[in-house]
Amino acid sequence: MRQCLVRCIDDFARNATMNTMIRLAGRVAQVREAGIAMILVLFSLIAGAVEPRFLTGETARVVLLAIPLVLVAAMGQMIVIVARHVDLSMGSILGFSAIVGGLVFRDHPQWPLVIGFLVAILVGAGLGLFNGLIVAIFKLPSIIVTLGTLSLYRGILFTLSGARQIDPNDIPESLIRMAQTSPVGVPWIVIIAFAVALVVHCFLKHTEAGRHIYAVGSNPVAARLRGIRIFPVTILVFTLSGALAGLAGIFYAARFGYVNPGITGVGFEFTVIAAVVVGGVSINGGVGSVLATVLGVVLLGAVTVALPILGTSGFWQNALYGAIILIALVLGRAVRQGGLRGLSATKDAG
Amino acid sequence: MNRIPKPQTYGHNRLISVRGIAKSFAGIEVLRNVDFDIESGEVHALLGENGAGKTTFAKILSGVFRPTRGTMRLGGELVTLSSPLEAQKLGITLIHQEPLSFPDLSVAENVVLGRSRGGLRRVRWSNMEHDARVLMSSLGVEIDVRRPMRGLSISDQQMVEVARALSVESRLIVMDEPTAALTPKEVDMLFGIIRRLRDEGRTIIFIGHRLEEVRDLCDRVTIFRDGEKVATAPTSTLTDAEIIRLMIGRPLKEYLHKTTSSIADTAIVVRELSLPGRFENVNFEIRHGEIVGLGGMVGAGRSDVARALFGIAPAESGFVAVNGQWVTIKNPAEAIRLGIAFVPEDRAVAGIFRTLSVESNITAAVPHRIAPHGVLRRSVEHADAEEFVLKLGIKVASLRQSIGELSGGNQQKAILARWLLTKPSILILDEPTRGIDIGAKAEYHDMIGKLAAAGCAILLISSDLPELLALSDRILVMSEGRLTVNIPRAEATQEAIMHAAVPRAVHR
Amino acid sequence: MSSTETPLQAAHGRKSLLPALRWRTIIIRPETAILLLIVLIATLASRLSPYFANIAFILESSTYYVEFSLIALVLTLVIIAGEIDLSIASMMALSACVFAVAVRAGVSIPIAMTASLGSGLVMGALNGFLVTIFRLPSIVVTIGTLTLYRGLAQVLVGDRSIGSFPSWFVGIDFRSIGRVPVPVVIFVTAAIVLGLGLSSTIYGRQIYQIGANEIAARHVGIHVDRIKMGLFLASGFGSAIAGLMMASRLGSVRYDLATGGELQIVLIAMLGGTSIFGGRGTILGTFLASWFLVIIATGMTVANITINAQLTVLGLLLIVSTIATNIFYVRCHQ
Repeated sequence: MRQCLVRCIDDFARNATMNTMIRLAGRVAQVREAGIAMILVLFSLIAGAVEPRFLTGETARVVLLAIPLVLVAAMGQMIVIVARHVDLSMGSILGFSAIVGGLVFRDHPQWPLVIGFLVAILVGAGLGLFNGLIVAIFKLPSIIVTLGTLSLYRGILFTLSGARQIDPNDIPESLIRMAQTSPVGVPWIVIIAFAVALVVHCFLKHTEAGRHIYAVGSNPVAARLRGIRIFPVTILVFTLSGALAGLAGIFYAARFGYVNPGITGVGFEFTVIAAVVVGGVSINGGVGSVLATVLGVVLLGAVTVALPILGTSGFWQNALYGAIILIALVLGRAVRQGGLRGLSATKDAG
Repeated sequence: MNRIPKPQTYGHNRLISVRGIAKSFAGIEVLRNVDFDIESGEVHALLGENGAGKTTFAKILSGVFRPTRGTMRLGGELVTLSSPLEAQKLGITLIHQEPLSFPDLSVAENVVLGRSRGGLRRVRWSNMEHDARVLMSSLGVEIDVRRPMRGLSISDQQMVEVARALSVESRLIVMDEPTAALTPKEVDMLFGIIRRLRDEGRTIIFIGHRLEEVRDLCDRVTIFRDGEKVATAPTSTLTDAEIIRLMIGRPLKEYLHKTTSSIADTAIVVRELSLPGRFENVNFEIRHGEIVGLGGMVGAGRSDVARALFGIAPAESGFVAVNGQWVTIKNPAEAIRLGIAFVPEDRAVAGIFRTLSVESNITAAVPHRIAPHGVLRRSVEHADAEEFVLKLGIKVASLRQSIGELSGGNQQKAILARWLLTKPSILILDEPTRGIDIGAKAEYHDMIGKLAAAGCAILLISSDLPELLALSDRILVMSEGRLTVNIPRAEATQEAIMHAAVPRAVHR
Repeated sequence: MSSTETPLQAAHGRKSLLPALRWRTIIIRPETAILLLIVLIATLASRLSPYFANIAFILESSTYYVEFSLIALVLTLVIIAGEIDLSIASMMALSACVFAVAVRAGVSIPIAMTASLGSGLVMGALNGFLVTIFRLPSIVVTIGTLTLYRGLAQVLVGDRSIGSFPSWFVGIDFRSIGRVPVPVVIFVTAAIVLGLGLSSTIYGRQIYQIGANEIAARHVGIHVDRIKMGLFLASGFGSAIAGLMMASRLGSVRYDLATGGELQIVLIAMLGGTSIFGGRGTILGTFLASWFLVIIATGMTVANITINAQLTVLGLLLIVSTIATNIFYVRCHQ
């Protein structure tokens, strides 16, 4: 049975056009950003052809508004994945920080807005730190640890909020306005999101600590032999991821005007992982760029916005995200192995 | 390539002095009482058979291993190297045989990374790339330092490692078999760089086994044998024959009185077997009752041939016949069905199921015996395992104990037991007695002799020359992917094997 | 750790080398720890409420959790073989939705059930295909498929619940065989079958070997890919059965059925002493851990702890039990 399947794939792969296309795509994908940008343009053109309403400034505005949350969270997840880990608890950290921020707003409306921001970020960082400590000290797979903290944090945040939501009238007007506008017309949260992306880019590309993260993800054995200590790097990536999820929490409150312990952030981590995977970040670590991830987020946002415009029910969203993750994984593998032929090759058992 | 002859006196410019170095792994001594001196501005070769201790010694020098005993002085000062990083700080760098790099990072980063502690210190890419570019061009290499490491040829990767060693101002660079995967042109380039480094006053330790290269490049040579240093001398004062004799010269101990077995008809025929990059045009036959030894240096392709025959990494072209029938072996299950058994080289990686019992390890390859209808028959399993535990003398507290608790020698015997249970007609053994003590070795050899006497066709891959000579009816030697000789027992000597194994003519 | 090596020569006089029953090995294992924990928790719980001393009560409450426990049994096999399947809860939901949609379309129940089970196999096949043929890590594959399957469930039934199943199908938890509710009977039967399969068949043996050392497993001729594919298929199939059980118990189906199930199911497997790194674990351990979870969860409900606070406890339990199992295996087996 397996032989038959293998033969089928091989025949399909031998198809010259297919291979040329894959090879071309591969070479373009080498410049990852260009690849994603290309797909984005392609998608927009196709969607626009099907439904001209898609190509309007209004759509661009909607897309722009939809992405700040995913963008900052994707930055965090990207950092974690580059270091060869994964953070499944992001949605719960987002909800947790949003609740705490919301409580600050509700119980201390006279405090300046920035306090709420800081509190949320710090709470997120703390939760992320806990993740990092468990992974680093006990050397457990991050998948299991963050699966556990996903529920642990969600449970605690329920108790914290008394199972009640933070109502719209508890959220300060000024915060809501940040999600709508700013002196330059583009909403504040969008500006902040892109600023954060810039900062993360500078950190990852221009600081020693950032480069160490890539080194550890690329080859942990070599990293240790070169004197890079894995423990602090692990703690750092999870703390950053948590902090950024915390920021995304405040964005949530700004954007939606309420925070509900049972809804806010639920399932969010999978959206983020989909965006990051589309952005070309390799699950094996060591590879990933901020620009490509940003493009990935934009692409995903465009696809999400396009669904209702094209008349497809919103129910397809999750299925689409799942399919995107899988396709991105398969394609990533194909590009690395040099074409589809490599995929089915029985790697030698040794 | 001409080089300016260096003065023949040494001792004035001592860089490193080592006294009484010894190293044991798990109770087995691999290095014994080594004294060693090396000068600044010298290219020094370490020679020896597989397992003679030269690589272990080099790793001790560069901080990868810590010696069980002995002292080391660097520039007169006593030092203890507790890690490669510390060695690097003292100016000693090791370039591994397989370059240890970050495939996803750029060349420039690979050259430069790890020099400082980290933190929010600013990474100046322009400076970094400039430095890397300068270093690489000083080595005469033209690579875009901004490209990722992944995809670079081995030669270029090595250059990056050398550049890195230079960037941390290494005084001593240890190179472990650097020429193994290089083309002749790349070898020339590498040697030119090494000479230049030497003339700058640095020291290079060169581990290799191609005598012509050693003669071409190295000022002095140190020869290891059985864990001891047997000689150090300027290269020009030794002939090839002398070097080889020093590498292997030992009173030949016959481990066993080889039982003559009647050698019957052909069990396996191999014709034109090739796997590009690993081995080429391999031809041989083994008959029932015959033990064919396969010698050669590490990397010559011996294990690759074995794995091809067993179906793990099948050859790309060529023919194999088993018991008179031409066959294609696509996976181990097919090989086993044909009566082939393979005891792999590294038991930890490819052999034992550490967490499982001795019993289940031994019966792992015979599911049809212990579970003919799918259900495990424990009594059969127990009986089978017990039979071989007794036959091979495996020391266990209980058959149910975890195999990880057994000593290395006993684990090795258990793996052999596993394959003997399949009642193979063709048995391939890859370094079967490596890392086990003399007593267990002798028992193992005894077993091999008995198997041949019972009609098994055996391919014995080994780096242990006395072992090969004692057991084999014929000895094949591979060098760089090709079969070089086929020597009958009567004519086989250690020199002959070594001559065939060690590539001396550099292919130009 | 030095072994007590008894020279075999001493055995020469004896007829057979009986496996020295080392009591230490039998007693000190994760399964014993779980058993002790159960006793402990049950005692505490009965202090809380007299109901807990009543077996019937426990059996009845267990019907809420037995679907997850069933899948945990299969997941144990998957994890022992060195892989993982996080798409289990989504597979439950999708197969249940397939069933519901088929019933709504007028298909007879048996055929609808077959379709549901078939969909489970298809989903498992996709997982297995991506892992064995494309050699992608099962962790990310099943993260992708868990999103995909949940999404497809959403597409299939929207955000409404589909019910109105014939009464003979509904309420499986109210039927009993003897004094044991049917779902529990199914669970126990599965546990016995899988337990025997794992411990007494060659396939079970090979699953351990694949998890212990996949390379060595290939070297001895084990068809690793075939077995892994089989495990993923089993996972899909098991999830489908559990999905049908849940559909019967709830009387209706929604796309978000069994949300968060991944956590509970993985938790049960981890609590049962399955090593996340593969090569170790038992059905017995998972079986005991299921009951442990039943007692804890029911106890919390009786103590009026909200579902969401229970989540906290479960999350914490997952982390702690994984740490404990890991330490145990590292400490005791070097």
